[in-house]
Amino acid sequence: MSNGSEFRTCPITGKKVFAATQNLVWINAVTAVVFILVGGIMALLVGLTRWPAVHLLSADLFYRFLTAHGLNMLVFWIVFFEIAGLYFGSSVLLNSRLAAPKVAWLAYLLMLVGAVLVDVMVFTGKATVMFSSYVPLQADPLYYLGIILFAVGALIGCAIFFGTLAIAKAEKTYEGSVPLVTFGLSAAAIIAVFTLACGAIIYIPTLLWSLGLITNLDPGVYRLIFWGFGHSSQQINVTAMVSVWYLLGALTVGAKPVNEKICRSAFLLYILFINLASEHHLLTDPTLSPYHKMANTSYFMYLAVLASMIHALAIPMCVEVAQRKKGYTKGLFEWLTKAPWGEPGFPALIFSLFIFGFIGITGVVYGTEQLSIKTHNTWAMTGHFHGTVVGGTTLAFMGLTYYVIPLIFRREIIGKKIATLQPYIFAIGIILIALGMGGAGTLGSPRRHWDITFADAVIPFSFDPAVLFFTTIAAIGVIVAVVGGAMYVGVSVLSVFFGRKMAPNEAKML
Amino acid sequence: MPITSPEKYWWKPADKEEKLWITIALLWCLVLTIMMPLMHVIGTQNPSVNPMKIRTEDYRKMSDAFIEKYKVGEEGGIPIVEPPDGADVYLRGQMWTWTPILKLKKGVNYKFHISSTDLMHGFSLMPLVMNFQVVPGHDNILNMTPTSAGTFHILCNEFCGIGHHTMIGKIIVS
Repeated sequence: MSNGSEFRTCPITGKKVFAATQNLVWINAVTAVVFILVGGIMALLVGLTRWPAVHLLSADLFYRFLTAHGLNMLVFWIVFFEIAGLYFGSSVLLNSRLAAPKVAWLAYLLMLVGAVLVDVMVFTGKATVMFSSYVPLQADPLYYLGIILFAVGALIGCAIFFGTLAIAKAEKTYEGSVPLVTFGLSAAAIIAVFTLACGAIIYIPTLLWSLGLITNLDPGVYRLIFWGFGHSSQQINVTAMVSVWYLLGALTVGAKPVNEKICRSAFLLYILFINLASEHHLLTDPTLSPYHKMANTSYFMYLAVLASMIHALAIPMCVEVAQRKKGYTKGLFEWLTKAPWGEPGFPALIFSLFIFGFIGITGVVYGTEQLSIKTHNTWAMTGHFHGTVVGGTTLAFMGLTYYVIPLIFRREIIGKKIATLQPYIFAIGIILIALGMGGAGTLGSPRRHWDITFADAVIPFSFDPAVLFFTTIAAIGVIVAVVGGAMYVGVSVLSVFFGRKMAPNEAKML
Repeated sequence: MPITSPEKYWWKPADKEEKLWITIALLWCLVLTIMMPLMHVIGTQNPSVNPMKIRTEDYRKMSDAFIEKYKVGEEGGIPIVEPPDGADVYLRGQMWTWTPILKLKKGVNYKFHISSTDLMHGFSLMPLVMNFQVVPGHDNILNMTPTSAGTFHILCNEFCGIGHHTMIGKIIVS
């Protein structure tokens, strides 16, 4: 099958791009953007409802749309994009053909059918169970089936990735070790296998339970195994995001890792320790002993944190070294001030790094047993993961999209100015969201809550007015971030479908 | 480049700056590792939680018996209960109330049994902001001593259906 005519050579990187890979990256990435559009509309509606000044939706629609927002953003948008990333990271970066493209299409179809099934169930009100779908809160069996189909599809996608690595090695399409980005994505794929296995272990009995075939499903056990899936999937996002950071560094300033050993060892720490941190969701649960909680969430979690700290040095370092080599050596920060702030990839990289670093680190704080008691299930948690998954992962993926379109899809970007402005606006929105949620949550404002004024409650209660202030900040953030998100969807959809087709040897990125 | 294979021998020693950063980060991680168990010993804010399973039906009976025994009144259809000093206190989350309303004394230690008879709920004590997961079939046992008098509210911060946002309980400490 490795027929040379099925490849084209990238005029910029010199990589050989396999035609089937290109199509699969295209379909997965385009589908991802469709889901971020759905999730983004939900974000606006949910955000405006949570803001007492507007209080847009009814309680029923709010909880329904909140469930949809979580699933479309956290699962469908990100995982479709990651599958595109895995095919790119294995086949394109290693100059190899893709393993079993037909099976990859089957994987795509399974994921699509699963995602559509889940969305139909959620939007028709048959699965208002939130992303976590804690038993004994029950959804329609088709909801659980949809999640299982999606997870199986994603698992096949990971298998295609590993298969492609094996083919590339056997056919000697590269020399020496795999590139760092491929190495990072391999770490993400290994974590994904564990994650999806947890998903299967918990969602298959849950499906049987919703069908009435099993009656005894312990909610405590559900929580334990669910978070092996629910949190570990965020660890896939972290690992994929860090790989994308290295990639963006290379694409924007030609950054080269300063020490491959350190970068790769840090990815290894993720594989070994990051999954064990999932249990911090259970720090206030009545199911684990205090000793268990201490051992699991302190020692093991911090070794994964160490990995993030290492990347937090290695990535700015390789950008600085690359910039200094170009002659930007004046003072301490000329390398940064003279960086390509006018092209979207660079601000996306820096803001993603900054927001993930400074807001994501709240996770380390909330992950101690004592402070988990203070923050568990408050809006501060929501603030934390909007900093990591949205400000970190999503922003990095957005930045990468502006390079994928010309490099892989061979279309010129329409609206370059909007594309350049987009990461700035999105980042400001997310920072406001995370700060607003963090502030209100620290004062006790609960997550997943329709009415923080408690107008319908039998026992009257009202919050400290500061909660309203922080909620307003978060709501303004939502509006700003939705504008940024709309700019992203607009630019990428227009460019993919209507952008000028680039000539085969046209070496132009933006 | 991170998108091309590295040179043949990439297993190289770290630079001074890299070593310094990693050492500082590792030390910080070790401090965190030590602090969490340490606060169990020297901190006073951390109630120990002993995991225990309980059938939801048994829990319902026990909390009903508790309410019947020490009931002193009613507010909005929710019983008000004043347990004696040092008693086992049952606080039941169910869609969408915290039952009963509790009258407690400052400085007295109570053994709380918090559980649910239907879905999961989230015990969130305001304005102290102390949060515990409430799981049906599991008894969240907490030793709590009120240290100040006043009225405290319990919110629900785990989604438990369409009336979730109305689920508020009350503890009065005198």
